[in-house]
Amino acid sequence: MAKGRKMSNYIKLIALGLVTLFAMIGTNYARDLAYQVHAVIVMIVAGGLFLYTLRHTDEPKKAVAGVENEYFDSVVRAGAIATAFWGVVGFLAGTFIAFQLAFPALNFDWAQGFANFGRLRPLHTSAVIFAFGGNALLATSFYVVQRTSAARLWGGNLAWFVFWGYQLFIVLAATGYLLGGTQSKEYAEPEWYVDLWLTIVWVAYLAVFLGTIIKRKEPHIYVANWFYLAFIVTVAMLHVVNNATIPVSIWGSKSVIVWPGVQDAMVQWWYGHNAVGFFLTAGFLGMMYYFIPKQAERPVFSYKLSIIHFWALIFLYIWAGPHHLHYTALPDWASTLGMVFSVILWMPSWGGMINGLMTLSGAWDKLRTDPVIRMMVISVGFYGMSTFEGPMMSIRAVNSLSHYTDWTIGHVHSGALGWNGMITFGALYYLVPVLWKRERLYSLSLVSWHFWLATIGIVLYAASMWVTGIMEGLMWREVDANGFLVNSFADTVAAKFPMYVVRGLGGVMFLAGSIIMCYNLWMTVRRAPAKEASLSVQVPAE
Amino acid sequence: MSKKSQKFEGDPNTTGHEWDGIEEFDNPMPRWWLWTFYATIIWGVLYTIAYPAWPLVNSATAGILGWSTRGDVAAEITAVEEANAPINAKLEATELTAIAADPELNSYAVSAGDAVFKTWCAQCHGSGAAGAKGYPNLLDDDWLWGGSVEDIHATVAHGIRNEDSDDARYSEMPAFGRDELLEREEISQVVNFVMSLSGEAQDASQVEAGSVVFAENCASCHADDGTGDRSQGAPNLADAIWLYGGDYATLTETVSNSRYGVMPAWNTRLTEAQIRAVSAYVHQLGGGE
Repeated sequence: MAKGRKMSNYIKLIALGLVTLFAMIGTNYARDLAYQVHAVIVMIVAGGLFLYTLRHTDEPKKAVAGVENEYFDSVVRAGAIATAFWGVVGFLAGTFIAFQLAFPALNFDWAQGFANFGRLRPLHTSAVIFAFGGNALLATSFYVVQRTSAARLWGGNLAWFVFWGYQLFIVLAATGYLLGGTQSKEYAEPEWYVDLWLTIVWVAYLAVFLGTIIKRKEPHIYVANWFYLAFIVTVAMLHVVNNATIPVSIWGSKSVIVWPGVQDAMVQWWYGHNAVGFFLTAGFLGMMYYFIPKQAERPVFSYKLSIIHFWALIFLYIWAGPHHLHYTALPDWASTLGMVFSVILWMPSWGGMINGLMTLSGAWDKLRTDPVIRMMVISVGFYGMSTFEGPMMSIRAVNSLSHYTDWTIGHVHSGALGWNGMITFGALYYLVPVLWKRERLYSLSLVSWHFWLATIGIVLYAASMWVTGIMEGLMWREVDANGFLVNSFADTVAAKFPMYVVRGLGGVMFLAGSIIMCYNLWMTVRRAPAKEASLSVQVPAE
Repeated sequence: MSKKSQKFEGDPNTTGHEWDGIEEFDNPMPRWWLWTFYATIIWGVLYTIAYPAWPLVNSATAGILGWSTRGDVAAEITAVEEANAPINAKLEATELTAIAADPELNSYAVSAGDAVFKTWCAQCHGSGAAGAKGYPNLLDDDWLWGGSVEDIHATVAHGIRNEDSDDARYSEMPAFGRDELLEREEISQVVNFVMSLSGEAQDASQVEAGSVVFAENCASCHADDGTGDRSQGAPNLADAIWLYGGDYATLTETVSNSRYGVMPAWNTRLTEAQIRAVSAYVHQLGGGE
């Protein structure tokens, strides 16, 4: 055992040393700033780990007794902290760029080239989807798979590698955007070496998750884990195919995609739509299927429904991407299929909503007393609303009005803020007392404040974007009696100003709610009464 | 697990499984859900028969309705073009100066010109045609190359200082500072003189000397009294309207390094009817002569 550890330490030292050396060379030969900064970051991280490993090699290892009998919760705690942290960062970035759109002067002259709207927009989307949402999925999937498999995470410290590897991915992606290292593919902006790193991390994630399921002590795999597994496997496939690029130079960030023309567009939106379908829907349904029955203390409404809607969702979502490319160079047949599959997807999506809402039957009174369950229920409500709105917007006739307008932005945000945001907040409110062994949350009234701020914020956001989106679509297509366009593009931009301000205020409220949550969770860890030791012992069941 | 069940008295059966205290009811799928799901599938099949949908080896099924996005937009464009063909022909055949006298033709030309302007011109001249620094205001009476409808038409058709049209309007002011045609002191003098024409000289003591510099270097284009020359696009310097700005620093920059404002030749991408329409539109904005 000790010999094996020594051996692996030597291998680690060699690998880390080589990476450090390579990063040093990369810093020297870098062809662009993004690559150079990334090389420095990698050099510092790998070099630091090299020194750490070196100092700990041949040292006697502290024996940790009985750790194999406990759940691996430290990485879940780290994930919960990361989720809250990146959430605030992402919401802050989003609120700022919302005001940049309303008041272009906020694109400061001194900040051109790194903090103008074009650079900050992908920073915002990636921060909320991948940093906030991704950490929420990592943390909850690691928690849920252990509890519902009654087994400790497989792979020892591999889970820590997944967590820190993912944070490194986030930092490389975010700094890359600001410095101009981007593939210009929506939700897939990171350049080739960041993509390669994420692939390694993701395979490790799959190994940890699948390994835990394989060594489970329960006879069946719980539905939440089906969804998590579908999310992990599909995202791996999407990521690899959509990021098939050839680097221009090994010393530069720029790369060239292998897919030509309209095929590139199709691959991009096959990826983009399934980032929504598998990252933001399937993964978060996994979260929903664990935390709602736990918080409501009621059984899941229907096992049959969960099976059918799971397989229908998984099968149908993957075909829906072409609806992002209606009325473009994409052939009509692909556009039709995308639309048809999107409409058929309506009921499978709603299956999750029904199972979530109906799980509360017999416990509806909790909506009055428990703001956490209220949060979860409204998230399922927003899920239902945006999964109705989505199929509707995919219909060509509707899309000809809605496409390229702010309606799309509103749709995405009622899903992202309402569904993903609220279910994550609910999960954090459930998890933090459990993970830090507290009897309860520090303050339920602060949860209520968060709930109302976030809800009103989302309503302001979605409503203003409906108004401005439909207005903009109608203005674009408005023609006079002779068939001539009535409005210039700038006219439509000017007309949107008041709604842009309202949207920004919605963002401020949502952000304020999330800061209240951070305070509440922090105080829960610091101040809430500790749980009785005898009750808190949680072990993988026999 | 010794934990108590999530089930209440009188609940339906569960599947009998349990994970971390979570159980599942053995409820059937809601009927309305299932039937709506079936209905969307049937609708989907019918829709893919009606519209282009299924990929084959070299093409795809065209759908029994024979509909296509390209066909759709082509039909719309054809319909509008056919409806407007007679009046477009009339617009092209009518003397430019006679358009305003024909109410029907004029109203058509103005609304068509408005659409052309908002699509092609607003980027530089602003959607209200008030212009911007370096891009002339088209609402006022001040014209660089002439404000009659024929002058406007020639400017729009051929543009200014471009390579696209041999008939583009062309002139070039020397860069008096950069090419060392004038001393720094002389530039300062002439700038003060030019500002004095509209009563805003910064340093009155230089105006006198400036008038000499002006007469020797500028008057050939801008005229002795500074009122400009439209045949060369030389701006009137005696009024308070400035294309790039009338303050001391901006004028010094203009005199030292010159300006070279460019406008595309629109006859390379607009039809004659569109050019005539936008000329009529600009002409009636307020400053037309």
